[in-house]
Amino acid sequence: MTTQAAVSGHEAAHSGPSYIAVFIYLAILTAIELVVYAAGLPQVAKVGLLVALAWAKAVLVAMYFMHLAMERKALAIVALTPVILVTFLCFMLLPDLTTRMWTRYDHPRPVTSAEMSANPVAPPPMQTP
Amino acid sequence: MSEAAAVETHEHEIHDQLEPSLTPGNLGKLGMWTFLAGDAMTFGAAIAAYGALRIDNPNWPTPADFLGITTTAIMTFILICSSVTMVEALGAIQTGRMSAYRGFMALTVLGGLIFLGMQAFEWHHLIEIKGMSIKVSLFDATFFILTGFHGCHVFGGVVYNGVLLIRGMTGKLTQSKAHLVEVAGLYWHFVDLVWILIFTFIYLI
Repeated sequence: MTTQAAVSGHEAAHSGPSYIAVFIYLAILTAIELVVYAAGLPQVAKVGLLVALAWAKAVLVAMYFMHLAMERKALAIVALTPVILVTFLCFMLLPDLTTRMWTRYDHPRPVTSAEMSANPVAPPPMQTP
Repeated sequence: MSEAAAVETHEHEIHDQLEPSLTPGNLGKLGMWTFLAGDAMTFGAAIAAYGALRIDNPNWPTPADFLGITTTAIMTFILICSSVTMVEALGAIQTGRMSAYRGFMALTVLGGLIFLGMQAFEWHHLIEIKGMSIKVSLFDATFFILTGFHGCHVFGGVVYNGVLLIRGMTGKLTQSKAHLVEVAGLYWHFVDLVWILIFTFIYLI
């Protein structure tokens, strides 16, 4: 059983997908990224597409080059843990970010006379908590 | 065989199916995956911090005004190529083709060295020509920290793979120890995976 367990990963690697095919997919996705980057799309569409393409490439690498698709499911739990935690981290940053943005746009700091005399045409300085 | 002994044997079989023994191969993989999960948290936190600082700063510069997208796209392509040579090296050593293993592993190390050389060239250009510095602005600081941290990982991977290449050339690494190459491959592919995300979040967006 022990030997069988040790060999299972190797067999999976041998009978796995064509790595050249995965490489071609990755190269095509990289080329699409560059096209999206240069296409002059609206910022929201550009960011959304680029993030989706990056995640697609990352998943391809993890599933096939790192053999996650052929491994037992327990390893996927280890691999998914940081993804879940970083997602939570991003959500935890949101209240602070939205509060700061709200403060900046709804309560701009008044321009001091010294700042006005230094550069009268400059926009009001941003709120810095 | 008595009935009690048969039941005990059956229980052992079930236990083995549910929880196979930890061999050097899968223990190494589990250890590397655990390390990579922690490392991914570090990179994830750094990229999240970059995003938070950028969203919070309306005067954040457009990265493409400073950074060379074409050069970095080539670096990305080279790293992807080196990932392919790494899986081919693993396949070669698992099937006992040591000559092919040495060739593919040498190409993997070469890919890492080219990547590091191009990154050194990029940094030199940004620091000397464009005047970027970790002390100048938040954009510069986050850029150098993220790409520098990743570069350290690439350097570590080159050394790691270089050691395995030398051991393969001196005959100390054979088909029976292919699991060592598989574990090293996990690390190398992770470095590739992180660069894919850095390329998008730092350079393209």
